[in-house]
Amino acid sequence: MSDVSRRDLLKNIALSATLGGLSLEAAQHVHGLASQEKVSTGAYKPKGLNAHEYVTLQKLADFIIPSDERSPGATASGAPEFIDLLASQNPQMLAIYTGGIAWLDYTMQRRYSSNFVSTKPEQQLALLDLIAYRKNESAELGPGIHFFEWARRMVVDAYYTSPIGIKEVGYMGNTAVSKFEVPQEAVDYALKRSPA
Amino acid sequence: MFQIARSSPVYDVVIIGSGAGGGTVTKVLADLGVSVALLEAGPPIDPAKDFKEHVWPHQVPHRGIGEGGMGYFGPTPWAFGYFTTTSGGWQLKGEPYTVAPGNKFEWFRSRVVGGRTNHYGRISLRFADYDFAPYSRDGLGTDWPITYDDIAPYYDKAERFIGVTGSKEGIRSAPDGIFQTCPPPRVHETLVQRAAKKLNIPCIPSRLAVITQPTNGRPACHYCAQCGRGCVTASNYSSSQVQVFPAMKTGRVKLFTGAMARELITDGTGKVTAVSYVDKATRTEQKIRCRTVVVACGACESARLLLNSKSATHPNGVGNDSGQVGRYLTDSVGYSLSAHIPALEGLPRHNSDGMGGMHVYIPWWLWDSKNKDFPRGYHVEIGGGFGMPGIGSFAGECRRHEGYGKDLKDSIRNRYGANVGMAGRGEQIPNENTFCEIDPDVVDQYGIPVLRFHFQWTDAELKQAAHMHDTFKSILETMGGTVIRPRANFLAGEGISTGGEIIHELGTVRMGNDPGKSVLNKYCQAHDAKNVFVADAAPFVSNPDKNPTLTIIALAWRTAEYLAEEMRKGNV
Repeated sequence: MSDVSRRDLLKNIALSATLGGLSLEAAQHVHGLASQEKVSTGAYKPKGLNAHEYVTLQKLADFIIPSDERSPGATASGAPEFIDLLASQNPQMLAIYTGGIAWLDYTMQRRYSSNFVSTKPEQQLALLDLIAYRKNESAELGPGIHFFEWARRMVVDAYYTSPIGIKEVGYMGNTAVSKFEVPQEAVDYALKRSPA
Repeated sequence: MFQIARSSPVYDVVIIGSGAGGGTVTKVLADLGVSVALLEAGPPIDPAKDFKEHVWPHQVPHRGIGEGGMGYFGPTPWAFGYFTTTSGGWQLKGEPYTVAPGNKFEWFRSRVVGGRTNHYGRISLRFADYDFAPYSRDGLGTDWPITYDDIAPYYDKAERFIGVTGSKEGIRSAPDGIFQTCPPPRVHETLVQRAAKKLNIPCIPSRLAVITQPTNGRPACHYCAQCGRGCVTASNYSSSQVQVFPAMKTGRVKLFTGAMARELITDGTGKVTAVSYVDKATRTEQKIRCRTVVVACGACESARLLLNSKSATHPNGVGNDSGQVGRYLTDSVGYSLSAHIPALEGLPRHNSDGMGGMHVYIPWWLWDSKNKDFPRGYHVEIGGGFGMPGIGSFAGECRRHEGYGKDLKDSIRNRYGANVGMAGRGEQIPNENTFCEIDPDVVDQYGIPVLRFHFQWTDAELKQAAHMHDTFKSILETMGGTVIRPRANFLAGEGISTGGEIIHELGTVRMGNDPGKSVLNKYCQAHDAKNVFVADAAPFVSNPDKNPTLTIIALAWRTAEYLAEEMRKGNV
């Protein structure tokens, strides 16, 4: 939804609110329009990373949050686009990703004579299993661990703020309701599990 | 110097500041038929344009972290995040303040119509009867020149007008008021209530300035939990939407925005005759003539204005014959602790948004106890539920879980909404080492001398923060939770909030019956300048364990009525 139309709508809402006439339907309407989802088209052209780096980022993102029987994964949610966009606006951010991806490729090259995306899945996982944990901190793995913390954090941020991620985690709010109610089923669930 | 045409209007009342205090005075006076000029240092606010209510993070390219991901690297221009309505910041460009060596203080300032009320937490708690006589009770601090009975009718008026949720409980520390129905507790709040009950701690429906029934032309809350973003339907209290805009419709309010007050100008008798201000748009010096002035800039800013208003009759600043302006600054004691609650893992999904804030809270319960090692007390605010995912929502889980893949995804899903937080807000006793004064060496971009802060906690506050930790831990553990952080070394100053951080700074222009020991009389009228009134939290004599806004409104309402009556009688 365009910014202008949202603005007009909110203006009308504010006006009717000051007149005391805002209906629940109107409030619901605002929330509905505000929630129109920006769908990833798949035709994104990277702005910060080069084509190889971007493909590597997509691969990495889907390792971090894969698709499963419940929901699509990170790339489908637009996470690599979010990271690339920010990197294109900030040299400090760009350096984290170009440097991190170069480290991944160089390390895979040394171990398996091929860059990250071209190695076998089990080889990729073997390296990720090392750099995904702080306990493996060493002079050799430090840069990879540091980079992976960045990637994990930002992929998770991007994924769960996307329409796909919001649905996956099950957030059901940001809507207008006339009455606030708590389902008894949820209360019972927690009470049954609670020691108090 | 200034040129004022003889024909320039003389306003009956010039009000400086449009937050809870200034907004209330504006509305009350306009309704009483008094014409006022309202000066606001910041810009106007347009809810339709300025509020980001209902917007999802993914509707913004940077999703709220700022262009280039600036929030990943350091502070952003948004004190409480991109989506919270812009109403100020911890640092304002071109408007510094200083902190004396060895002291720590954070000053949140608002520059916009409505000030901090556009985003604040809406917690609306009456002070207890005993809060007005602290010295009589335990020999610390000073008694107020008014009692609970003096202010109670104004609490009534304020609650009726702005709308406050709550329930009649008969608890002495939390006097009952005129309440609208509070929505039911969320699941985690039910667990907190049960645990608290086991520990003999009360946990009662929240008292928030959110309307749950149509009130004075404002529609009821639609439970989107986004009060901090500003409410387009004005279903919570903000002085801009609830007082200033309606008052302007009377035609008796002339609003000046971008008007940064520099000084109160006095005549040979010490009476204020005009307010000099900087018109920010043109960077020109302006003067507005007045019969009376109401200073409502926020406690520290009000003290600054009075201290900067020096003349032959007021060599130390208007109101400061006693030398008390700037003294007795306090903030609330703040401490928070959260825990993961296994009972909430995998909780069946539902919309838990509700009001923008907790639906239950813990009022102070040990007001009669001798079995504690610190004076006064605190209340407890509760956080949790399925919040809208935003940048950083699962950063803690990423750090805790590490790894990647299906495991991480399942863990995030399973533990979403299973965190419960508690925040204490307690009373600081005024002390000699905590005050603000004019820094003799620094001016802001308008050439106005700035404030220098001195702030020290004492053992009273440090021990209280330790008590908060122990209480929160016992409640959270009774719920089966594991708290996130260990007990700090509180007596070494760890754990407790930084002075000013809770944004309950007050007490700098205190009221009292003795002109030698206070600045204002019991109607918040300056002892040494009868046509000067103060209407914010500056007049407060103490800073009880209740958020100040409701008392600011009640006190300002009382001051406005008194001012109108004194004007009618020709006394000012």
